[in-house]
Parts: sequence; structure tokens; C-alpha cells
Amino acid sequence: MKMLTVAGPPSSGKTSVILRLAECLEQRTGVIKFDCLTSFDKSRYDEAGVPVQIGFSGKFCPDHFFVNNVEGGVAWGLRRGLDFLVTESAGLCNRCSPHITGVTGICVVDCLSGVHTPRKIGPMLKLADIVVITKGDIVSQAEREVFAWGVRQVNAKSQVFFVNGVTGQGAFMLAKKASAARDVDSLSDTRLRFTVPAAACSYCTGETRIGENYQMGMMRKMEYDL
Amino acid sequence: MNTSFDLIIDSWTLEELTEAYPVARDFFLNLNLPPLNPGRTLADALLAADDAWLAEFGLTCHEIPAQLAAFLSAMTAPETIREIASITIIGGRNKLGEPEDVELRVEAGTVVSVVGPTGSGKSRLLGDIECLAQGDTPTKRRVILDGKALCEDERFSLEGKIVAQLSQNMNFVMDLTVAEFLEMHARSRAAGQAPAGKTEQVVQTCFSCANDLAGEKFSLDTKVTLLSGGQSRALMVADCAYMSSSPIVLIDEIENAGVDRRAAITLLARKEKIVLISTHDPLLALSADKRVIIKNGGIFKVLETSPEEKASLAEIGKMDDMIARIRRDLRHGERIKV
Repeated sequence: MKMLTVAGPPSSGKTSVILRLAECLEQRTGVIKFDCLTSFDKSRYDEAGVPVQIGFSGKFCPDHFFVNNVEGGVAWGLRRGLDFLVTESAGLCNRCSPHITGVTGICVVDCLSGVHTPRKIGPMLKLADIVVITKGDIVSQAEREVFAWGVRQVNAKSQVFFVNGVTGQGAFMLAKKASAARDVDSLSDTRLRFTVPAAACSYCTGETRIGENYQMGMMRKMEYDL
Repeated sequence: MNTSFDLIIDSWTLEELTEAYPVARDFFLNLNLPPLNPGRTLADALLAADDAWLAEFGLTCHEIPAQLAAFLSAMTAPETIREIASITIIGGRNKLGEPEDVELRVEAGTVVSVVGPTGSGKSRLLGDIECLAQGDTPTKRRVILDGKALCEDERFSLEGKIVAQLSQNMNFVMDLTVAEFLEMHARSRAAGQAPAGKTEQVVQTCFSCANDLAGEKFSLDTKVTLLSGGQSRALMVADCAYMSSSPIVLIDEIENAGVDRRAAITLLARKEKIVLISTHDPLLALSADKRVIIKNGGIFKVLETSPEEKASLAEIGKMDDMIARIRRDLRHGERIKV
């Protein structure tokens, strides 16, 4: 079973890109969607006949939740006899990245999101093997080029694809590239490409009150100006 | 591949490095690195950097020089423009699923207009050319360059590089001024190598050309998102004409905006280019060497512009000028009498 990790800011078009990709792959593709509170994507995958599992991190850090559950996802994919397993994670904080060494990592960004977005979203873009830019049909070629250049500045090694999530234009080439992903049987002892944010403090265990008295554990304090 | 950059990064001071490769500054900005001593080499300067800070970004001071080498090598890769002598569009299927029995060959130096009712599929044809369709778009058309089919790698490496496109999208979304936008575009096109003076020159050329085309003037400090439809369009035309040397130019319905469209076409169709213009404008349609008529999403006919049609152009031009005069007079509060 081949595996892809797909990450990107909310509403950047991850689900549409994955659905278009699944069409082009013409293989048995399944998706694990990692979300925080709600997800409206199950019906979209169901309609397309793509088997999907949804995981809500709820009160847990979405990144930690991803790492704790991704291995089980691989086992699910194998049980289902999938040829392709895609993890989709929204709601990651911009500091984070679900990409795993040895597993093809894709970052989806949309070119309406602002010229500095590639710099802001950090490791999920920087450490991706493939960057997919969506919504390019809405802007001019000049703006697409400026945006793609911003992406290359942050991740010079990645291959950049423009995919139209509505018409599917570009998904064919993406599928060709994705087909070269390595086979994965287990993620045991593989590594994340980037650490997840650390926190083990009172707020992790449900504290909501603000004030020094309630702050315990590992935390970082800002140094403010005079 | 990065060897030469490895050597440079090892031996040059940061000052020398950023002087020769200004784009290197972006690399340091993107890493949010604390200020480094410009008088030292990168490796030396990094010794003074806080390891804990670097660790936050998942970096060690040993990885950064190699990353910078990879960055510079990608950013300075020269953009080679492939010359194209002809493109051939091989028909697929129209919206009714009927075969589109056409093989349309367009040579360099030819202007082709694309006409047909709204929604008939004119933009789709331009879209197929833009992505160098290989039977994988809804129309199942194939686009062939210089009589040879493209392998996938060629297609991927050419996509976006051989086609300059002016689409119907008239609005900018980026939060940048005209100057910033043009400068970023120039830098992205010049692959980071262009000396600062050259970039400024291209920016100035684009800017003054856009102002010539636009009805109302705008400044370099104007946010691109605040430009009027006509101004945006003028800026896009100028950008398309001066930033890119792509051998194929696709223009989608230029008459829909307040720009001098004939001047714009003349500008865009310079040199030995392959130009396709989707249009509803009789003057533009007949100025082309041939026209493609689209119906139901497929190419219905291809007509050479006949000598009679060419002879009619002068007359149509006069009518067009008259309409332009009436429009101008209306705008200036004059009474109209024809």
C-alpha cells in the first residue's frame, strides 16, 4: 500500500484535491481525515465511493493526536486492502507538519490566501515533497507565478503543481507523481520530519483560568518591551 | 549540482554572498534567523547563533549551509525559454460527446482568433493549450509542439513556461502595491540573478506601459487590489508583454475592460509569437490570420480570413472609431448626434 500525507490550511482545498487525485489514480484509495471538532467531508468521500475514517482530536493537541493515531490508520488501510492511503489533516497549527520520513508528503495551499502565506505556514510546506497550489483559476497568471515563487522560496526542493479542485485540471500530473510513492506496511520506528509542539502544563489538563497561580508545568514566557 | 554554491557559502562572507545573490536575504528572512555577523562566513556566523533558537525551527547549524546551497541553486536556475515553431491541437470530443474532427496547426507569427457564443467553450480551448492537454482534460484534446508529442516530464517542465496567458480574471487578490507586485514578478521570472538595476528597469517599463493603456492613471504606490477593472487589465497586459518571453500568448476576451484593446493586442502579438485571442469583437476577430469557431464545446469550423474580410477591416475600423468617439463624448457630458 502506498501512502501520502496531505496537509494544508483550512479550506485550502485538500479534500477536493484528494478526490481529484483518487479519480486519476484509478486504484483503491482510502482516506483518513484528521480534524479538530467537526468535519463535513465524510459525505463528500462517501459520495465518491472513497472509504474514509474520520478522527476528531477534540481537546487534544491535533498534532499529538495525529501521531498517536496514524499507525492505526495504516493497519486500517491494509485491512481494507487499499492500494493508496491518504491522510488528510486540517486544523494543524501552523507550527506543525504531519509529514513522515519515507512517506510522500503533500502540502495544499491556495493562491488566494495571501502572498506571505507560504512563509507563515512553516514546516508543513517547508518539509513537503509536493506542493499543490489550488484556486489558480481565480487569479491572473502573473499572480500565480508570484505565489509559486513564494512557495519555492520556502521549499526549493519540492515539485509544485497547480491543481484546479473544481475541474480537476492538473490532478493527472499530480497522480503520476504520487504514484511513485513508496510502499508502506507499517510506520513503526519511522520518524516525523519535524517535532510536534511541546506542552505539558496546567492548560493541557483543562485549566481555563488566567493568572500566574494557575500556570504550572512546561511553558514559555514572552519578554515584553519596557 | 550544488557544489559551486557549497564552495561559495564556505568561503565567502555573508556580505559578499548577499551582494552577489540578493535572493539569499530571502532565505534568512524565511528562517526568521536572528541577525548574523555579515563580516563572517555563514558557518562562522552560525556558531554565534543560539542552538535552542535553531532547534525551534528543526535546524542545526550544520544543515543550514547545505539548505542555503539548495535554495540558491533552485532560485538561480536559469529559465530557458524553448523556441516553438508550431503547435497542433488534435480534436477530442465536444460537450455532446461527438468527436471533434479537427487537427489545427498554428505556426509562429500567426494570430488566431477564437469566436463563438458565450459559454460555448472558447476559454476551455485556451485552457487546454495552457496546460498542454494530453487527452486528460474534459475535452480530451491533445496539444502537440513542433509536431512531436510531449512526454510527461517535458510537459511538466514546460507547463506554465511556454504560455503567457491573459485570462478573464481582472482582479488582483494579493495585498501588494503595484511596485511590489511588479518587482516580485520580475524577480521570480529572472530567477534571482538579475542585477537590481535590471529589475527596476522592467518594473518601470511595465508601469509606464500600463499607464499608457489604462484610461485613468495610477501610481506605483497604489495597492493592486484597489485598481479599477481597466487599470488591472492594463497592468496585466503590460506584465504579460514585458515580463515573459513565452512563445505562445493566449488572450481571453480583452474587450471586456477599459483598456485600449488594439494597442494591447499589438503589444502582446509582437515578434514571432503564436497568438490565440478569444473574442466577441469583430475587429479583433477579423484582424487575425484565421479564426476558429467554437460550438457546443468543440471546434466547429476553422476559417482563413478571406481577402474580402481583410478589405472590410478598414471600414469596420472606422465604425469602431466612431463608437469609441461616442463613448468618449458620453463620458465627457457631450450631446450625441450621428
